Amino acid sequence: MSVLLYLVPAALSLGLLGLVAFLWTLRSGQYDDIEGAAVRVLSDDDLRAPPDGGTGQRDRPV
Amino acid sequence: MMASETLAPKIIALPGASWPGAPVQDVQAQAPAQDFSLFLRRDPAGQAEMAFAVEGIDCAACIDEIEDGCEALPGIARARLNYTTHRLTIGWEAKAEPAPARVLEALAKAGYRAWPFEADRLEEIDNATSRHLLRCLGVAGFAAMNIMLLSVSVWSGNVTDITPETRDFFHWLSALIALPAAAYAGQPFFQSALRALKARSLNMDVPITLGVLLALSVSVYETLHHAEHAYFDSAVMLLFFLLAGRYLDHAMRRRTRAEAGNLAALKAVSANRIEADGRLVTVPAAAVKPGDEVMLRAGERAPVDGMVLSGTASVDESLVTGETLPRQVGVGGTVHAGSLIHDGVLRLRTTAAGEDTFLDEIERLLDKASTARGRYVRLADRAARLYAPMVHTTALLALIGWLIAGASLHQAVLIAVAVLIITCPCALALAVPAVQVVAAGTLMRAGVLINSGDTFERLAEIDTVAFDKTGTLTLPDPSLSDSSHVPAPLLAVAARLALASTHPLARAIAAAHPDALPLAEVREVPGAGVEAEIDGVSARLGSPAFCGCEALAAARADAAPDASLVAVRLGEACAVLEIRQALRSDARAVIDELRDAGLTIVLLSGDRRAAVAPVAAQLGIKEWWAQMRPGDKIAVLESLDAKGHGGKGHGVLMVGDGINDAPSLASAHVSLSPISAADVTRAQADAVFLGEKLAPVAIALKVARRARHLMRQNLMIAVVYNLIAVPLAVAGYVTPLVAALAMSGSSIIVTLNALRARQGGRAATGAAPEGKEVAA
Repeated sequence: MSVLLYLVPAALSLGLLGLVAFLWTLRSGQYDDIEGAAVRVLSDDDLRAPPDGGTGQRDRPV
Repeated sequence: MMASETLAPKIIALPGASWPGAPVQDVQAQAPAQDFSLFLRRDPAGQAEMAFAVEGIDCAACIDEIEDGCEALPGIARARLNYTTHRLTIGWEAKAEPAPARVLEALAKAGYRAWPFEADRLEEIDNATSRHLLRCLGVAGFAAMNIMLLSVSVWSGNVTDITPETRDFFHWLSALIALPAAAYAGQPFFQSALRALKARSLNMDVPITLGVLLALSVSVYETLHHAEHAYFDSAVMLLFFLLAGRYLDHAMRRRTRAEAGNLAALKAVSANRIEADGRLVTVPAAAVKPGDEVMLRAGERAPVDGMVLSGTASVDESLVTGETLPRQVGVGGTVHAGSLIHDGVLRLRTTAAGEDTFLDEIERLLDKASTARGRYVRLADRAARLYAPMVHTTALLALIGWLIAGASLHQAVLIAVAVLIITCPCALALAVPAVQVVAAGTLMRAGVLINSGDTFERLAEIDTVAFDKTGTLTLPDPSLSDSSHVPAPLLAVAARLALASTHPLARAIAAAHPDALPLAEVREVPGAGVEAEIDGVSARLGSPAFCGCEALAAARADAAPDASLVAVRLGEACAVLEIRQALRSDARAVIDELRDAGLTIVLLSGDRRAAVAPVAAQLGIKEWWAQMRPGDKIAVLESLDAKGHGGKGHGVLMVGDGINDAPSLASAHVSLSPISAADVTRAQADAVFLGEKLAPVAIALKVARRARHLMRQNLMIAVVYNLIAVPLAVAGYVTPLVAALAMSGSSIIVTLNALRARQGGRAATGAAPEGKEVAA
C-alpha cells in the first residue's frame, strides 16, 4: 500500500490546483461577462492589421 | 419673454435626457456645457474611469466597433464592453483630461445611444455576495469531489479487503479536507441560521446548519473509534448542492437588477443648472442641491421640486397626479419633479432634490404601506417553518425509540444523525429557487423584470387586477388620434412645422409622420405655436387662437373632451388635430384575456371623470374610479383586497406608473409598473415591464401561476422523497452511500422539474417588446 504515499498527495494536489485555478479565474473577472466571452471568440480582432479597418458597417449574424 | 428667432431646424430633444440643447433665450445662446464629474471615478494613480450604459448592442461585431471606436479617441487607455450587462467601461490615461462627451459623441456616430452610468450601492453589494457564493461553491465542489474519491475507495474496500488502517487513513484524509472546507463554504448558511435564531424564528438554514455540524462531529467521533462509516462526503455534498441553489437564486436577481439599472440610467434625468456666473451646465439630476437654480425648457421634465423665479409655462403633471390637462404656472408657483413642461421656459429655485421630492402625502402613505407589507411569508419559509420542527422531532424520536429498543447510545445517535442528513432539505432548498430562476429567465425574455423572488407566489394568488389609466393602460406619451378628416396637405404641413418645436404635442405630430422634411425657417411664438412660409404661403401650427380657427376647435372639443387640440393653418385652409393619450395597442385584448382567466378588472385613475369614462367604456371595465387621490386609491385597494377570494383577502395586483401610484403599488398584494414609470414608482413595483404593449402583464400572470404550480409540485416531490427515505433512515439502513445517492437523485429530479417553468412563456415570445427602447 506504499503506492498510496504518492498517489494520495498527487490526487489532492491536482484537486487543489483545480481549485486555485478556479479562484484565480473568479478573481480576474472571467465570469463577469459570460455571454461576451461567447461572442468575442467570433471577433477577427487579432487578424485585423490597419486600425481603421474595423469601422465598416456592422454585419449582423442571422 | 421675447420671441425667439430660430433659424436652423432644431434637434428634437428627448425629454429629461436632452444633452444636446435647444437654444435658450434668456441665459445663454449656446448649448450648455456638460458636467460628468459625478460619474467619474479616479484611482490613486490618477487614472480616471467611467461607466456607460449602452443601448442597441445585439451582435458580436458591436463589441469591436464600440471598443475600437472608443480606443481610437485621444487619451483613452482602454475601453471594455460587458456584453452581458451592456455596459462600457472607459479608462483614461493618467495625464489625459477625461472627456466623456467625446465618448458619447463617438458612440452616437456609430449609432448607439449611451448614458453615463453609476452602479448603485445595492448592485455592488449584490456582486460581492455573488462572488462570495461562487467561491464557496468552488471550495465545496473541490472538497466534495476529493472526499468522494476517498469514500468510494472505502465503500468498495469495505466489501472486499480494505485494512482498518487504510480505512482510518482515508477517513482522516477526508476529515482534513471536509472540516476546513465546510467551515468556509458553510458560512452563508451558518450566518443566516444564526440570524434567524437570534430573531427567535426558524428558517431553512437552521436544519441545514444543524445537519452539517452534527454529521461532521459524528464523523470525527466515528473516525476516532475506527468505525466503518463516516459521513464527511454527505456533509460536503449537501453544502455543494445547497450552494448551487443559492447561487442560481442570486444570479437571477442580479441579472434582472443589472438590466433594470441600465434602463434607469438610460432614462436618468439631467438638469440644466445655472452656475453662479450665469453659465448653464448640464448635470445629472442627482447633483442638484436645494437652493440651486435650474433652467427648464419646453419638452423637458422637471428634475427637482422648485419654485418659479421667472417665466410662465403650462406643465403636464400626468406622471405626478394622473391628471392629463396641463396646468399654468407663473412666477412664485411651484413645479413638482416629474412634471413635463409643455411650452415656455422656467427658471426654478430648487426646494427639494433627489429622494426628498415626494409629495408629503405620498411619503406618508408610502411609509405606512411598506410597514404593513412585511407580513407576507414566502412559500419556502412556510415550508421551512413546518419542516424544521418535524425533522428535528423525527430525529429525536428515532434516537429515543432506538434507545428504548435496547440499542447502544452510539448506535442510536448514528441513526438520528442519518435521519438528519437524509432529511436535510436538499430538494426542499432547491425546489423553490430553481423554479424562480427558470421562470424569471422566461419572463425576462418576454420583457418583464422581476424585483424579488416571491413575486411569483404573490402574483399567482391574486383575483383582481387594478389598473391606473394614464401611462399604464395608455401609452406614456400622447399621440396623434385618427386624423382621416384632416386634408393630407394640411397634415403634411403640420408634421413639417412640428419638427421645429419641442412642445410635447408637436412631438406627437412629428412622431406620427417620421418621413416629414424639416423646414428651413421656422419662427416660434412662445405660448402660441410655430409659423413658417412654405412656397410663399404662410403656415402655422399651434393653439386654435393662434391659427384663427376657434369655431372649428370648439366644435371638436365637444366631441372629444379627453383630447388636446392643436390647430394647423396653410393659407386659408385650416384643420384641428386631436392629440390624446392613446391606449396601448393590445390593451383591449389583454383585458379580455385577464377577464377570461377569471380575474376582476378595475380602473383607478387620478384623472377627470370625462377622461376616464371613455377609456373604461372602450375596454369594457365596469368598475372604475376617477379623480382618486393617492390615499383614495389605497382605500379602494384595501376594500377590494378584503373582498378577495371570497372574503379571505390577498387578492389585488396593482399596475401603475405615476408618482401618485407609488403608495398604492406598495400597499397592493403585488404590483407591476411599466419601465416608463417615475423612479419612485418603479422602486415600489415587484416587477417592471418593457415595451409599448400591455401583454407582459398577462404573460407575467401566466408564468407566475405555472411557477407556483411547479414550486408546489417540487415541494411535493421533496415530501414523497422524505416519506421513502425517512423510514429507511429510522430503520437504520442508511449508509453514507445510500445518503449520497438519495440526496443527489432528489436534487436532480427537482431541478429537472423546474426547467418546465420555461413553457409558460413560450407562447409569449411573439409578444416580446420589439425593442427595449423607452421614450421617457
